[in-house]
Amino acid sequence: MMELLQTLEQTGLELLGPFWMPVWTVIKIFAIVLPVMGGVAYLTLAERKILGFMQLRPGPNRVGYWGLLQPLADGIKLLLKELIIPAEANKFLFVAAPVLALAPALAAWAVIPFGEGMVIADVNAGLLYLLAMTSLGVYGIIIAGWASNSKYAFLGALRSSAQIVSYELAMGFALVCVLLAAQSMNVGDIVRGQNNGYGLMGWYFIPLFPMFVVYFIAGVAETNRAPFDLAEDESAIVAGFHTEYSGMGFALFFLAEYANMILIAALTTVMFLGGWLSPVPFLPDSIVWMLAKMSFMLFLFLWFRATFPRYRYDQLMRLGWKVFIPLTLVWVVVVAAWMQTPYWLW
Amino acid sequence: MAEIKNYTMNFGPQHPAAHGVLRLVLELDGEVVERADPHIGLLHRATEKLAEHKTFLQTVPYMDRLDYVSMMSNEHAYVMAVEKLAGIEVPIRAQYIRVMYDEITRILNHLLWLGAVGIDLGAMTMFFYTFRDREDLVDCYEAVSGARMHAAYYRPGGVYRDLPDSMAQYMESKVHGAAAVKRMNENRQGSLLDFLEDFINRFPKHIDEFETLLTDNRIWKQRTVGIGVVTPERALALGFTGPMLRGSGIVWDLRKKQPYEVYDRLDFDIPVGVEGDCYDRYLVRVEEMRQSVRIIKQCIDWLRVNPGPVMAENHKFTPPSRESMKQNMEELIHHFKLFSEGMHVPAGEAYAAVEHPKGEFGIYLVSDGANKPYRMKIRAPGFAHLSSLDEMSRGHMIADVVALIGTQDIVFGEVDR
Repeated sequence: MMELLQTLEQTGLELLGPFWMPVWTVIKIFAIVLPVMGGVAYLTLAERKILGFMQLRPGPNRVGYWGLLQPLADGIKLLLKELIIPAEANKFLFVAAPVLALAPALAAWAVIPFGEGMVIADVNAGLLYLLAMTSLGVYGIIIAGWASNSKYAFLGALRSSAQIVSYELAMGFALVCVLLAAQSMNVGDIVRGQNNGYGLMGWYFIPLFPMFVVYFIAGVAETNRAPFDLAEDESAIVAGFHTEYSGMGFALFFLAEYANMILIAALTTVMFLGGWLSPVPFLPDSIVWMLAKMSFMLFLFLWFRATFPRYRYDQLMRLGWKVFIPLTLVWVVVVAAWMQTPYWLW
Repeated sequence: MAEIKNYTMNFGPQHPAAHGVLRLVLELDGEVVERADPHIGLLHRATEKLAEHKTFLQTVPYMDRLDYVSMMSNEHAYVMAVEKLAGIEVPIRAQYIRVMYDEITRILNHLLWLGAVGIDLGAMTMFFYTFRDREDLVDCYEAVSGARMHAAYYRPGGVYRDLPDSMAQYMESKVHGAAAVKRMNENRQGSLLDFLEDFINRFPKHIDEFETLLTDNRIWKQRTVGIGVVTPERALALGFTGPMLRGSGIVWDLRKKQPYEVYDRLDFDIPVGVEGDCYDRYLVRVEEMRQSVRIIKQCIDWLRVNPGPVMAENHKFTPPSRESMKQNMEELIHHFKLFSEGMHVPAGEAYAAVEHPKGEFGIYLVSDGANKPYRMKIRAPGFAHLSSLDEMSRGHMIADVVALIGTQDIVFGEVDR
């Protein structure tokens, strides 16, 4: 595999010379974005199927065998629908908002390693880049809510921005612990730091367990998924920030939400669950582990949605500010002190 | 200095959480509700006026359509009012059947309520679980009346006909093969009472399942405890009845306080709340389902061993049997008069109320001796509950209004009538 890639790169370099670099990058981007988009499409199907099984119903089973063509049908439907722009909306921002929501969700994938060396940009400030990208997504939501000029959308946007700002902090501090433990901001190095030869025992979720939980819950809140889906709380504010969107505009928000879910699952895997590392020493490390762990985290997203009632806006803020942030702050100190003792085994 | 204006938001009538066609104008200060103004009338069908132009029997199906999730309870209040005016004695077996179906209706209503309030507060799975159980109960409706919702089964003088000895069976189709159909028909081999008993035996476990999902759930408690507290005094002053009143801690249940039909012969308890918040109202309703199970069980046991007529033998008000109608001139005339002109209810006025799943549902009937009521007034519990929404929701957040509408158990069929 690796040799094949290297030969490909060599041939390309000989053929195109200095122009090879951008072409190769574009190829790599496509190699990431297309599977992510495919993953998003089939995540929607998986969600409907899994929720279906939890809720005593079959889920989609009419389009294609076992409903396998359903995402395609949905996509075509949304693509062909009219994009309605409300008369009082700010047209430019209204159209730009879905793009702003989706772009960071895809851009963040640049630094996620899927296997040893399988990463588009192996940058040393990868963690910072990730923090920057994941917090940019909120602009899409705020702008969508404001530009729609609708009361429901506006309330949804307000809730969403407050929520994301407060959970961003907890998330950031959780990552600081990872950073302390790995002593690197390079995402690849963080994964390699979890390889201590004992498989599962080396992963950071053991010493940083509270942070693992906080990070994942904050991740669920960041992606506006149940039980934190206040921004689109359909029982109170209709559909929140995307109330006024139809057709492809709505589809982009939908894609962004699911792309963010996959991203959070990938980040949790990389930061706390050893990325592509094998859980037992006698099995080889590979991308399969990475995908399996991501699938498990995604399953948790769906499981939460089927189980929990929704938080209220102020309760959500209370959880973020009064529980998560103090907890993460304390744990940063604990980890920093722990690392100075000989009992730090990671 | 900038002028601060409250935000006004339309909550419905086309809103995913507005139950039915409630239009609620909310005046907001940020997310906090300053004033809630319910606008009603979007489902007004003039049932009371229509009744003045229909014979007494023709009004029964209109009753189903008032509170369309507790159909037979509405019919019950109406037929009781007619019986009171006409002085008809209802056979004891019909009374047991009515009580049994009232309690089935109560479970039907509370299940729909539990599913809907679950969805309102984001616990979407509840809806599917409760509808699984509703399915069996609407099958019971279907078995006696042929309709799954609008049964029109109760008649002045009794019930339309006795309980059937067999249940409808599923047939093989493209979706369900022979094995699946056999499994689905397993509990449908006996009579309606066998089918119902099978359901009653498994249902308490299902209630436990619902409670596992919600009762001790931290988020569920945060969303309902302390929300929309109504003190016992206010609950009385606002005209609350049913679970809304009992949730506030007042022991008032027409089935105990003014027993009608055979409720005084049955053994059951009345659950009451302590705090008067949404959580207590939830607990009261869940416990009521368990009590309904007890009542149904006693009715089944009685009905199994006590056959008898289910319709009064007073043919000025109840139709004669087909058999005697074919052979007896007198009965033929009765039949013809009853189904063309309708019954003539003696002049007078009567109020009859039942403990409806939502509260006290009453019918006030004035008759001038004609074949139609002179005036009918419906006392709908939901109307009184909805009118207190402003008081209950003041100072709470938007998301709490959803919980409040949910636990008030508003159905617009009866509010607008």
